[in-house]
Amino acid sequence: MADLQSITAAIIKGNRADAAKFTKQAIDESVQPREILNAMVSAMDEVGRRFQCCEVFVPEMLLASRAMKESMALLEPLLTKAGIKPAFTAVIGTVEGDLHDIGKNLVAMMWKGANFGVVDLSTNVTPARFVAAVKEHGASVVGLSALLTTTMPKMKDTVEALRQQTAGNVKVVIGGAPVTQEFADQIGADGFAPDAASAVAVVRQLMRT
Amino acid sequence: MRGFRSLAVPNPADLCFGRAPNPLKTRQGLLIGGGTVYPELNFTLPPMLVESANMPAIAQQYRQIIAGALARAIELEAPGLIVEFETLPPMTEHPEWAVEITRILADAMEDAHARQGLRSSLRLTPNDTREFVRPPVMRSGHYWDEMLRTFDEGAGAGAELLSIESVGGKEIHDEALTACDMPAAIFALCVLGVRDMQFLWTHLQRIAESRSVFCAGDTACGFGNTAMVMAEQKMIPRVFAAVVRAISAVRSLVAFECGAVGPGKDCGYENPILKAITGYPMAMEGKTAACAHLSPVGNIAAAAADAWSNESVQNVRLLGGMAPTCYLEQLVYDCRLMNQALADGPDAVRMMQRWMVNSDAPLDPQAFVLSPSVCIAIAQAIVDAPDYYLAGKAAALVAVRLLREASLAGRLKISQREQPWLDMIQDSVEGLPGSESEFIVRMLSTLDPGKFLPAEYGL
Repeated sequence: MADLQSITAAIIKGNRADAAKFTKQAIDESVQPREILNAMVSAMDEVGRRFQCCEVFVPEMLLASRAMKESMALLEPLLTKAGIKPAFTAVIGTVEGDLHDIGKNLVAMMWKGANFGVVDLSTNVTPARFVAAVKEHGASVVGLSALLTTTMPKMKDTVEALRQQTAGNVKVVIGGAPVTQEFADQIGADGFAPDAASAVAVVRQLMRT
Repeated sequence: MRGFRSLAVPNPADLCFGRAPNPLKTRQGLLIGGGTVYPELNFTLPPMLVESANMPAIAQQYRQIIAGALARAIELEAPGLIVEFETLPPMTEHPEWAVEITRILADAMEDAHARQGLRSSLRLTPNDTREFVRPPVMRSGHYWDEMLRTFDEGAGAGAELLSIESVGGKEIHDEALTACDMPAAIFALCVLGVRDMQFLWTHLQRIAESRSVFCAGDTACGFGNTAMVMAEQKMIPRVFAAVVRAISAVRSLVAFECGAVGPGKDCGYENPILKAITGYPMAMEGKTAACAHLSPVGNIAAAAADAWSNESVQNVRLLGGMAPTCYLEQLVYDCRLMNQALADGPDAVRMMQRWMVNSDAPLDPQAFVLSPSVCIAIAQAIVDAPDYYLAGKAAALVAVRLLREASLAGRLKISQREQPWLDMIQDSVEGLPGSESEFIVRMLSTLDPGKFLPAEYGL
C-alpha cells in the first residue's frame, strides 16, 4: 500500500532508490499525482527547515534534491498529462560582472524543490538577458545574486530594466553576501533572501500578495 | 617539477612571525621576513561601477586612499608598509585602467619615501578573468592576454610584488565543496590546479624577470577560503574546510616552485605550511580582516606572519576617518605588538606565538590545522610525496589524523554532527587509487565533461 510519508522520508534522507521505489508504488496504485508532488515538496520544505536550524549541511540538501529529482522523473509524465505544472516560472542568475554562483545554485535547487519552474541563466548575466529570459519563459519571479559590492549596482540596473521592459508584475528577489534588505528597498526589489532556504518562503510570500 | 624535498622550517617553535629563513629585500629596503612584521594594507572601492566614464572618479578614490594611508603610516612611525592593489575585473579587462591606478599608488609611495623616508612596496594582484568563460579557457585568448598585459605593464608602472588569486580547477572545486566530495576537491587542487599553476607562474616569472620585480605568490582563495566562508555560514562542516585548507597548500606551493619568493599573498591561510617548506616570507590576514570577511582564525593567522594584512576594506567614511586609513592604523598597532615581541627576544616571540595559537586552535578545526606543529606535519607529508596527487592525499590524511587525535584528547572542539565527517573524509581519500594516472582516469569518467576542458590543463 502506497505511503506518501515514505516518499517524504526517503527524500529527506537523500535515499534515491527508496524515493524512486515509493514514488513508483504510489503511481502504480493510482495515487493522485498532485498528492505525490505535495509529498515531495513537503520533503524539501523540511530539508530547508533543517538547514536553517543547522541540523543538516548543504551536501545533505543536495542528496535530498537528487532524490526528489529521481522521483520527479517518474512523476513528470503524469503531471504533464494532468496539466499540472509549476504555478509560476522563476528566472535566476548572478548579475553582470560577477561570477560567484554557489549561493545562486543553492537557491535554484531549493526553488526547484519547491516546484517552482526555474530557468538558471548562470553568471555574468546582463540586464538585457534577464529581460529576454522573462519574456521568453513568461517568468513571474527573477532572482538576482551578487557577491561583490562593485557588482551590486548591476542589481539596480537589472531591476530598472525589468520594470521598464517587461509587461507583467515581475517579482524581483535579491541575495548575496553584501546584499541587505535595506539595499533591496533602495533599488526597488520586491524581496531579499539571506540564504537559500529562506528564498523559498520569500517567493511564496511575494506570490501570495 | 617538485623542487622542495625537505623543510626549511622543521621546528614548530621556529615557524613564527617576523622571521623567515629566506627573507626578501625590496627596492626601498624592506626586509620582509628579516625580523620586522610589516603592515600590508588592502583596499577597494565603495559600491560603484567600474567603467570608462567613472575612471576619473575612481582614480580620485585611489589617490585619496593612498594619501590618507601614507600620511597615517608616517604619523604612526610605521617601520615600513606594503600596499596591495587588488584590481577589480573590469580593470584587468582594460589593463590601461589598472596601470593608471598602479602608477598613482606607486608615485605616491615613492614620494612618501623621498620626502619622509617611509619605505614601502606595492603588490599588484590582477584578477584571474579566465573564469569569465565557462568552461574556462586557461591558456590562451583575450582574457589570458589582457591578464598578462596587466601584470607586465603594471610591473612597469611601479608594482614590485606580483600576485594573483588564480582559479585553475575552481570550476570543479566549487561543486566539490557543495557536495563535500573530497576526491573531487583533490582532483581540482592537485591535478587541475597544479597544472594551471605551473603554466601561469612560468609566464609570470618571465614577466617578473624582464621587469626586475618579484613574483610574490598565489593563494587557494577560491578554494580554501570559499570553503572557510561556507563553513562559517554552516553550509559545510568545518572539518571538511580544514582538510581542504591542508590540501590547498599543494597547489599554492607550485608558485614558489616556479620562482616566487614571497611574501605569499595575505588570503593564503595555507601560507604557514608553505613557509615551513620554502622558508620564504608570508603575508597573512586574520582578525583585522574582519572588514572583508569573518573567520575562526583571527589570532592564529598571525603566528607565522611576516606581513600582516586587512584583506580588503572599502573606501567609506567611518567615525574615525576613511576606512582604509582606520584599518592601516589597526595593522600598524598589531605589527607594533609583534615587533616589540621580536625586539624582546626569542622567549617573548615564542610566548606571543603560543598565545596566538592557543587562543584559537582548540575552538575550530580550521584554526587547529594552522597550529605550527600541524602545519609542519602537513608540510612534511607534502614534501615526502612523489607527486602532487599523492601529496594531496597525504596532506588530507595527516590533517584528518591530527584533527581526530586532538578531538579525542580534548584539545580540539569538534561538534557531534561533524564527528562522522572525519571518517567519511578518511574513507573517501583512502579509497582513492594509488597512482595519479588511475585517479585521473577515474575522475574524468565521473565528472561533468561540460564543466572543464581537460586540454586546457594539459590532460
